[in-house]
Amino acid sequence: MRHALSETLSGLKRNGGMTFAVIVTMWVSLSLFGLGLIAAQQVTLLKGAWYDRIEISVFLCTKDTRGENCTPGQDVTVEQRDQIEAAIKSNPEVDAVFRESKEEAYEQFRETYAGSALEDSLTVDQMQESFRVKLKDPQQYSGLVSQVQTMPGVQAVQDLHQFLDPIFQWLTALQWGTIGLSILLLVAAALQISNTIRMATFTRGREIGIMRLVGASNFYIMVPFLLESLVAALIGAVLASGTLAFSVWFVIMENAQPLLQGFRWVGWPETGISMAAVVLVAIVLSVIPTMVSARRYLRV
Amino acid sequence: MIKFEDVSRIYEGQTRAALANVTLDIDKGEFVFLVGGSGSGKSTFLKLILREFRPSAGRIYVAGKNVATLPERKIPALRREIGMVSQDFRLLPGKTVFENVAFALQVIGKPRSHIKRVVPDTLELVGLSDKGDRRPDELSGGEQQRVAVARAFVNRPKILLADEPTGNLDPETSVGIMKLLDRINKAEATVVMATHDWAMVDQMRKRVVELENGHVVRDQARGIYGARA
Repeated sequence: MRHALSETLSGLKRNGGMTFAVIVTMWVSLSLFGLGLIAAQQVTLLKGAWYDRIEISVFLCTKDTRGENCTPGQDVTVEQRDQIEAAIKSNPEVDAVFRESKEEAYEQFRETYAGSALEDSLTVDQMQESFRVKLKDPQQYSGLVSQVQTMPGVQAVQDLHQFLDPIFQWLTALQWGTIGLSILLLVAAALQISNTIRMATFTRGREIGIMRLVGASNFYIMVPFLLESLVAALIGAVLASGTLAFSVWFVIMENAQPLLQGFRWVGWPETGISMAAVVLVAIVLSVIPTMVSARRYLRV
Repeated sequence: MIKFEDVSRIYEGQTRAALANVTLDIDKGEFVFLVGGSGSGKSTFLKLILREFRPSAGRIYVAGKNVATLPERKIPALRREIGMVSQDFRLLPGKTVFENVAFALQVIGKPRSHIKRVVPDTLELVGLSDKGDRRPDELSGGEQQRVAVARAFVNRPKILLADEPTGNLDPETSVGIMKLLDRINKAEATVVMATHDWAMVDQMRKRVVELENGHVVRDQARGIYGARA
């Protein structure tokens, strides 16, 4: 073990330039990868529990809401609600209907504004009941909208996708853009590692030759190389984690969140998940190319 | 100790066999000279024992194991039973004599206490007790080769292979190395030495195996370099 450690150290020193290159490439690529993961989690958070199941939300009247079909100062009646539900269900375009009660809406609201000043600003009674409707074909929304829009007890009909989809498209583009770029860079990092090892097997050719001749095990010969690339990759991963933490703190917590309080934003838990993924990827992407090229260049 | 049964080796992309249908038996404790011109198959013979590659045909038994079918993961264990000395010494220039010899034990995971005990003994055996802290470039060629022999023998292998060990040395120094190998042989190691050095072979009167174009053309119990029996 002493030998392995001292070899690792001297290897890191000897290949200083290459090690630096590996660290920087790992750093940048893992940062991008982590940002992609954070963007993906941001999309999930924004979509919430309902998004993938609904295309249209039919909000019902409450005492406090105003609408053409509402009686001022009164909640929607049970009768009205049943009629609306029956109308929705009888529409041939409708695939599924979920009713969100006031309590559920309240839960959702508190979750969205958790930690914000708005969290305790409303009561259960002030929340709006709604029907969340999934269509067979999301494009065919106009029939249902015009059908229920004018029914008594309906405050508003909202097609969520129409205004959220562009945002999600951008976020998804960001997510795949960063992950795609990071994959390219990670491949580059893996090739760098493999190249570093190839060079090291030349500079240490005599040593390796003697080790093989006197019967050192393959694993023993490989360990310094393995540790060398692992150390470089982990340094890259730590730097990338720092970059992620800083980005989330600066971009989201300091700027986006105070500005746009109506959204749920990623926080430390999501950042933590991304960091863990980054470290994992760093380990895999240093160990595998090392093993592969070591098997190739350190042949018995 | 070493047994070749109808062994042939053809290198990739070549039609002529480097070694052809060689059958040979080397007993425990024997000292064998392997002679023959360049390209006669001497090095191939030694490399097959070390399992640097497999034979194209035939069986090779080294210390009871069939080397031809030995799985790759068992090669290190095989090589720990074999010491190898080559013409060009192959010492590590950045390490001292002691460290060069100790290296062979370190890399197979021997404990430090064992290394501290065994390396000085081995340096004494090769006559370099007082030069343990020198670097290879401060030594003469003969001394460097002694270090190489010490490294090959420090783990007390059952077999010592030497590929032209005196090839780079003057005759006088060669005699010293030869005596050293003889001493190691007497310490119960089987020694196989490939050589061009006819004077040495004639003087030692050991078993001589001559190779020519990959064939064994002579195997004499107390041979000399040149003459055919």
